This record gives sequence, C-alpha cells and structure tokens, in this order.
Amino acid sequence: MPSSLPYLRSVICLLNSVLLMIALAQTTVYADVVSYPTDLGEAVSLSEISPYEITIFPSGKNLPEGKGSVIQGKGLYQNRCMMCHGEEGDEGPAARLSGSDGWFSFSDPLRILRIDKYPVLLISVGSLWPYATSIFDYTRRAMPHYAPKSLNNDEVYALTAYILYLNGLLAKDAILDEQTILNISMPGKQRSVSAWPEIEF
Amino acid sequence: MKPTNVRSKSLLPVAKGGLLDRRSFMLSGLAFSSSLAVSHAVASDKISTSKIDQSLPTWMKTPGGSDTEYGLPSKYEQHIKRNVAEHTPETSIFSIWHTPIENQRGIITPNGLHFSVNHNGVPDIDPQKHKLMIHGLVDKPLTFDMESLLRYPMVSAINFLECAGNTAPNAVSLTPLDQTCQKLFGQVSGAEWSGIPLKYILQEAGLKPAAKWVIVEGADGGSHSRSIPVSKLLDDAIVALYQNGERLRPSQGYPMRLFVPGWEGNANVKWLHRLEVTDKPAFTKDESGLYSDILDDGKIQRFSFHMDVKSVITRPSGKQVLPEKKGFYEISGLAWSGFGKIKQVEVSADGGKTWAHAHLDQPVLSKSLTRFHIPWQWNGNSTMLLSRATDEFGRVQPTRAHWRDKYASYSFNHYNAIQAWNVSSDGVLENTYA
Repeated sequence: MPSSLPYLRSVICLLNSVLLMIALAQTTVYADVVSYPTDLGEAVSLSEISPYEITIFPSGKNLPEGKGSVIQGKGLYQNRCMMCHGEEGDEGPAARLSGSDGWFSFSDPLRILRIDKYPVLLISVGSLWPYATSIFDYTRRAMPHYAPKSLNNDEVYALTAYILYLNGLLAKDAILDEQTILNISMPGKQRSVSAWPEIEF
Repeated sequence: MKPTNVRSKSLLPVAKGGLLDRRSFMLSGLAFSSSLAVSHAVASDKISTSKIDQSLPTWMKTPGGSDTEYGLPSKYEQHIKRNVAEHTPETSIFSIWHTPIENQRGIITPNGLHFSVNHNGVPDIDPQKHKLMIHGLVDKPLTFDMESLLRYPMVSAINFLECAGNTAPNAVSLTPLDQTCQKLFGQVSGAEWSGIPLKYILQEAGLKPAAKWVIVEGADGGSHSRSIPVSKLLDDAIVALYQNGERLRPSQGYPMRLFVPGWEGNANVKWLHRLEVTDKPAFTKDESGLYSDILDDGKIQRFSFHMDVKSVITRPSGKQVLPEKKGFYEISGLAWSGFGKIKQVEVSADGGKTWAHAHLDQPVLSKSLTRFHIPWQWNGNSTMLLSRATDEFGRVQPTRAHWRDKYASYSFNHYNAIQAWNVSSDGVLENTYA
C-alpha cells in the first residue's frame, strides 16, 4: 500500500538510528578496556620471590650482608675488570668508572684520544652516579660482562669499595659493608635534577 | 634515485630553492601515464607460427622456483641491512645495530631491520620456562606463564621506538661527520606492537596506595632494569608479545618486552620477567649515568623519558648522490614525537631562508613515525636541505645552536635538532650543521 511507505521509511530510519546508537554504545564499552576481569595470574609466595629480589635501592633495601676491602677489590679488579676498564678505571672499551665527566681533565691528558676511540668515556660512574648502592647493584647483576652474577656478595662489596677508592671516596685501607655503603656521599647526587616531576634530590 | 621526467611548466614553486607545490607532482604524473598508455598500442603480426618475442628476459620464459616457509628479501636487496656501530663491536658489552632508514618507505620498519641496542647481548630464552612476575607494593604477588598471557585481551598500536642516543654524533661532534643517514639516524624504527595493557596486570595484582614506580627488569645476562612511573604503565604501556604481526624477534625481547610508547628505547625493557612495584625509583645503572642529560650548568638531568619532536629527510640524505645534475626529485623523510601526533613538517631547499609545508602521508598517528614528502626541482647549484617538524602540542624542533645551548658540550642524549644535508653542485649529499 503506497500510503504506508512513508511510515515504513520512518520505522526503518528509526531502526537504523537505534542500531547506530547501540553500535556507538558498544564502541564506548569496548574502549573502556579496564573493565576486563582478568584473573589468570598465579599466586606466588614471598619466599618464591625472594631469590629474584636483586634490585638494591638507595635506601639500602635488599642489600645483602657482607663486606669487602679496597685491597681485596684491587686484586679482583686486576683479574676480572681491568681488561675492559683500564688500570685506573678510565680507559675503554667499557664505560669510565673513575674521574670526572667531559672532554678534558688535567689529571688525564690523554682523555680526548680515549674518547675519540670510545665515546662512552665521556661519562663517568664516579662523577655522575648519585648512589653507591647502584654500583653494588649493577656489579652484582651484570659484571663482569662475560660472567654476570658470578661474583659473591663479599666480592661485590670489595669491587664497589675499589671503584669508590679510585674516585677518592674511600681510603686505601677502608672496608665496605651493608652499613658503611650507605654513608658514601656521591658527587653526582648534588648535581642531580629530574625531568620527571615526582623526584627530589 | 632517478629523476622523474616531468614538464616543468606545470609545477608551481612554493618556496625558494626549487620546492614545488606537492599537488603539481601528482597532476603531472597523471598526464605522463596516460601518454604511456597510448604508445603501447602495437600493430599485430598475422603469421601463426610466430611466438611471443623471445628476447624477453629468462624469468618470463621459465617456470619460477619454489617459495619458502619463511620468506626473505630478494637477493638483489641483500645489501639493505643493519649496521653495527664501530665503537661498540658486537661483543656482549654493548652493541648498537642501526636500521638502514634511508631505504625504508612508509612508516613500518621490517622486523629484521628494526634497530637494536643490547647491553649484554641477546639471550636465548625458552618461553616454556619463562614467567612474568609482579611483586612489591601489590595486594597479591603473581606470576604469569606464556600460556596464560596469550589468553589476555590485547591491543595494537603503530609506534616509533627511538634510542635516547640516536643522532648522538651530531650532538657532540664539533664538525659534522660525513656519515650516512643510517649511521646518524638509524636508532629509530616504526612497528605495530601488540600485547597486553600493563593496567590489566597491575589491576589484577592490586596496587597499594603507596605504589608510584615499578622497577622493570629483563631476563638477559645483565638483568637490564629501569624504574618506570606507575602513571605511564596505567596509561598506554603494554607487555608486547607481537611485532608487525609475528612474535617478537629475540633482539627485540622475545618472548616479551615492556613497550612504553614515545619514551626512550632503553625504558622499553626487553626479555621482561619482573615488575617490582615500589614508592621510589631504584637509580639503576642507566638511570645513574648513560641515559642522563648533562645540562649547560653542569647539572645532571635524570628521568627525561620522552623522545621529543624530531624529523629527518631520509631521501636524499648523507652520502647519497643525485644521479643527474638539475632535474626533478622527491624529498622524503620521517617525523615523530614522543608526545603525540605530528602536526606539520616544513622543508627548506635554500638553507632555511624559505620553507614550504611537506605532504604528510596517512595515517598520521600518535607517537608514530609519520612519512612526509615534497617535490623538488633542483637547479644544479649547491644548497642545503632541511626539515622542521611540529607536533600537535606545538613542540617544534630547535636549531642545533638552540639545542646545544641547553646542554653541556659532551651531552649526547635526546638530540632532536633540525637536520641539514648539504647538496654539492655535483649532487653529493653530506651531513652538515645549519
């Protein structure tokens, strides 16, 4: 019946609008991805996690008991580290451990030549790193690069002590342990600012 | 790179130095192809014993070879490959593999060519024995095996990834080094990354009110780790399992990596295995030295996560040679911003005196490589090509001098200054400082 056509068209039009609204509403729900009730993670006990908690925080959290001397550290350093960091911790190919950052240094006249060969020598652990705990952390988890995680805790304290000694931050006869490492004041901390707003130094 | 034969009378200059209206290239191209169609009409020969012309190339007269289970590029393209930086030999200490960015078209880097930086080599991880662990300031410490993770709802996004040290030679070298675009800019790539939003994992474990940071750790020999703010992880970060439709390659973090769109490459922890939720950052190795910025006043700026707005003309670029003196070329390149979408890219062909808007190819996506191009009629004189990108928040690339003013002379991270390529009258492209 011709007279019913306009009516039918209106109904179809309305139906289309409703379908579109439903589609839009579904899109909105889909975009809210937070609402998925995911629960496939497996509960794990603190004792199972403990062996993996190797991150050492500036507060001293996770520092293991142990101790090592500058003298012991020197011996370890000469055997396991010197081939990549140089005798005084300022040669490549690996990153500079000692001295100031930058192109030049009165105490190291050859620096510019070293940097030309290995650009990472522009920066230095001793001058930039804000916390001694980070030296312990990285040495224990990643060094020496050819045998990461092979050093025991006392050896890591000793190597940390030697790196601090190379930077004039520990005396030659000093011993470092989980308490004294927290007393080290690194020059990099005073120079620090943060691009991320939540951090103060 | 062959110049296209286009009648110059139809091209409209939009800036000095030969930059043309980008639409004129397309219009001229149409006219050219229709004339080609006409010239193809050839009179037929009626002798029935005649064959199709036997001077055709061999591959048109012989059956083809077998396809392969996993495809590789043509043997004629084998010279297109990554290049390892010389000062970081491929030992387990530290290696940087640059993508051949000047050979890429579009915004997706093929998986085998995606740049890669490894601080203790590429581990060989058995996915059956690999788990993701979350603990610290959470209600329920949890582990996830691969089988479970693959059941989670996933999202996909096309994003760039750039190392903080990309283009470092131009940041610190007193004189511009004559190097290729690959060597100078090859630590940025683009891909579609698919995986599980971090917020699912964090919400399932339940964040305690003091939770502000997550120490994200990899399962490589060096246990690479970075402190990432919870706010970013709840925003757009994913546990990436797929790259361009296939599972991650080992050098991109197989079986899983953190992906934090727009943030420096080093924060996108590969071989992800542990999330320790804390109230403060850990000051890991790379937060302590290598990935910090030394400011002009000697201060050490840490946690500068974002990769700022940047662009580079990839073609023509460093050490390429324009095959014909004078003539028509297309200038093409990539732009990206770690804050959002690219709004515009301007190109100069007269050393920065005049600029024209380049065409941006679709899609223009947030925190993604964006392809730009503009036609150029080179008059054969020496000149300088520059590109300058602006993002949707009005962030504009600085000049090299302005960038240098902010940082110490030896600070090399997060370099995003306007790049200039010198064009000699012989058509040789060379890295230069504008």
